[in-house]
Amino acid sequence: MTALQQTGWADRFRHINTGRWMVWGGYALVMIAAPLLWKSSLSLTMLTQMGISIIACLAFNMLLGQGGMLSFGHAVYSGLGSFFAIHALNMASKGQITLPVSLVPLVAGGFGALFAVLLGFVTTKKAGTPFAMITLGVGELVAAMALMFPGFFGGEGGITGNRVQGQPFLGITYGPQIQLYYLIAIYTFICTALMFAFTRTPLGRMLNAVRDNPERVEFIGYNTQFVRYFAFIASGFFMGIAGGLAALNFEIVTAEVVGATRSGAYLLFTFLGGAVFFFGPIIGAVLLVLALVLLSELTQAWLLYLGLVFTFMVMFAPGGISSLIMMNLRVASFGKLRPLIGSYLALAGTAATVLLGAAVMIEMVYHLQLNEALGPVMKFMGASLNAKGFDTWFGACFVMLVGLVMFEMARRQFVKEWGRTQEEIERLIKQREAAT
Amino acid sequence: MNPAAEFALELRDVRKSFGKTEIIRGASLQVRPGERVAVIGPNGAGKSTLFNLISGRFGSTSGDILLHGEKLDGLKPYEINRKGLARSFQVSNLFVRLSVFENLRCAVLWSLNYKYSFWRFLADAKDANARAEEVMHMIKLDKRRDVLAMNLTYAEQRALEIGITIAGGASVILLDEPTAGMSRSETARFVNLIREITVGKTLLTVEHDMGVVFGLADKIAVLVYGEVIAFDTPEKVRANDRVKEAYLGSVLAEAQAAEAGH
Repeated sequence: MTALQQTGWADRFRHINTGRWMVWGGYALVMIAAPLLWKSSLSLTMLTQMGISIIACLAFNMLLGQGGMLSFGHAVYSGLGSFFAIHALNMASKGQITLPVSLVPLVAGGFGALFAVLLGFVTTKKAGTPFAMITLGVGELVAAMALMFPGFFGGEGGITGNRVQGQPFLGITYGPQIQLYYLIAIYTFICTALMFAFTRTPLGRMLNAVRDNPERVEFIGYNTQFVRYFAFIASGFFMGIAGGLAALNFEIVTAEVVGATRSGAYLLFTFLGGAVFFFGPIIGAVLLVLALVLLSELTQAWLLYLGLVFTFMVMFAPGGISSLIMMNLRVASFGKLRPLIGSYLALAGTAATVLLGAAVMIEMVYHLQLNEALGPVMKFMGASLNAKGFDTWFGACFVMLVGLVMFEMARRQFVKEWGRTQEEIERLIKQREAAT
Repeated sequence: MNPAAEFALELRDVRKSFGKTEIIRGASLQVRPGERVAVIGPNGAGKSTLFNLISGRFGSTSGDILLHGEKLDGLKPYEINRKGLARSFQVSNLFVRLSVFENLRCAVLWSLNYKYSFWRFLADAKDANARAEEVMHMIKLDKRRDVLAMNLTYAEQRALEIGITIAGGASVILLDEPTAGMSRSETARFVNLIREITVGKTLLTVEHDMGVVFGLADKIAVLVYGEVIAFDTPEKVRANDRVKEAYLGSVLAEAQAAEAGH
């Protein structure tokens, strides 16, 4: 019996170590090549922000996915990192300290970790719901402090800084956005690698154990509070780095970076990307920037759409996008994906129909509420619609309802086919087990 | 640890109350190193509570518990575990989203001094990996190495439960109804397994199945209403008048039936 013949699909993935090199190589390549493919200044801005939010979402997921800790106030650590970064930057530009701009994020990481040491000690005393409640409380506390000490937090206007300072090093001034992009890309790559490495250390694995069964962990020699606490500090460090990079990118830090809205965004998009797999939050982070920058430009109702997507995800695919990908990869690895493609197309088509009908109505409501002065006629995907017309409402309603019925039919069909595929796969696994 | 200690585990007049109800009423017990002790007693006698007190899950109300002559009063479960005592649970208590191998590796990390380290890789932790493989082989789950604990069969989960308990190399092992819910044939196999993997250890086990008790134990401790009313070899316990009195009905009859079946 050779190792390769052994059972289970987990084993199949174990042997793709060359695959791991390719994945990391590809990851680096995408980051290097992305600004060459998307050259506009808008896309460069977005790519920069994606790098930052990848670090933040991965750091957030050290707690959520790997440790089972739901933090409602994690922007505290990125936000405080941002403030210390901008102050460090300003002190450096005044000559009070010597600090290369490229190391400012490390200072921010240090402060992120420091605050995780201070605040996390209280937070990680508890797990589960009490943990979530305490993070919420600490988050509100820090947000309130941000308004109480305008000297440090800059009040309403925030604190501004200038990342172009000191002597250029090898011609790098961080004046052009592209230079900053590559600094952030380097940080993102290294932080991703470090956080992945963390998952393969004794502490990282015990963190999984604490997630699954804290009680048992206590009976195999580990103090669960320490496991949570140390992971919290590590997470705080990376959150701080993300905050420091954000400070360099925007050159302004306002009190909202420590606020609950920001914390909520990390939570929501980490979940959307998927907390179960390490790479899930990377997908989430990309979506976060796309939603915040593009979707918010596209429609005023973007938060509503986001809420809908989130709700459906929690209900139907709690593992997020990454687990959908992995489930389908599993099916594909057994050569069973092809028969499902028809179902997927039907699902996508009917879902798009529902969305179209719903979107027309949502946009009309928003138009009537917010753009009253412009009259009842509005543009939607190139068409002119009368937001007060009976026929437009009837049409939209009709499209949505028909879509819904068809979607439900497609869904039932899909559930059947999916179940059958899984059964076939189970049978294949059994056969292979019997063969060894 | 004090190697000169006469007893691996000693209970001195241990008491535990929940509210006004006293569950453990002055239990005393002296277990020598290497002894296998079955704790028996009618339902509600406090067997599981006694295990919870010894392993630190609950604190006792009064009295002392000594491990190798050292008092365990007020210690947390993980501190007691580090002193060389491990326990299993009546309801399997596993790391459900980790594989069999990872479950066992987690269980050996502290004993091999890995503590909370995040500066070295598990892949390089050769001693931990070897020990996890060894235990996996002992509990005969080699072929299920990468299966998540939640996907194991019931009997496999029970085996993993014991595997996690013994993996850290503790010298005193408490097994809380290890064969609960198993079929007769599974139980027989399982008792052999337990015997194999606890060689040289001090073993306490809560057991209802009298066949298992007589097959496994050097000594029997009879717990009735929170007191150890007898602690002796199986033969002497059976002849003990107090045991007969307290126990006369069901359990003894069951024991005799089991004996006849042997």
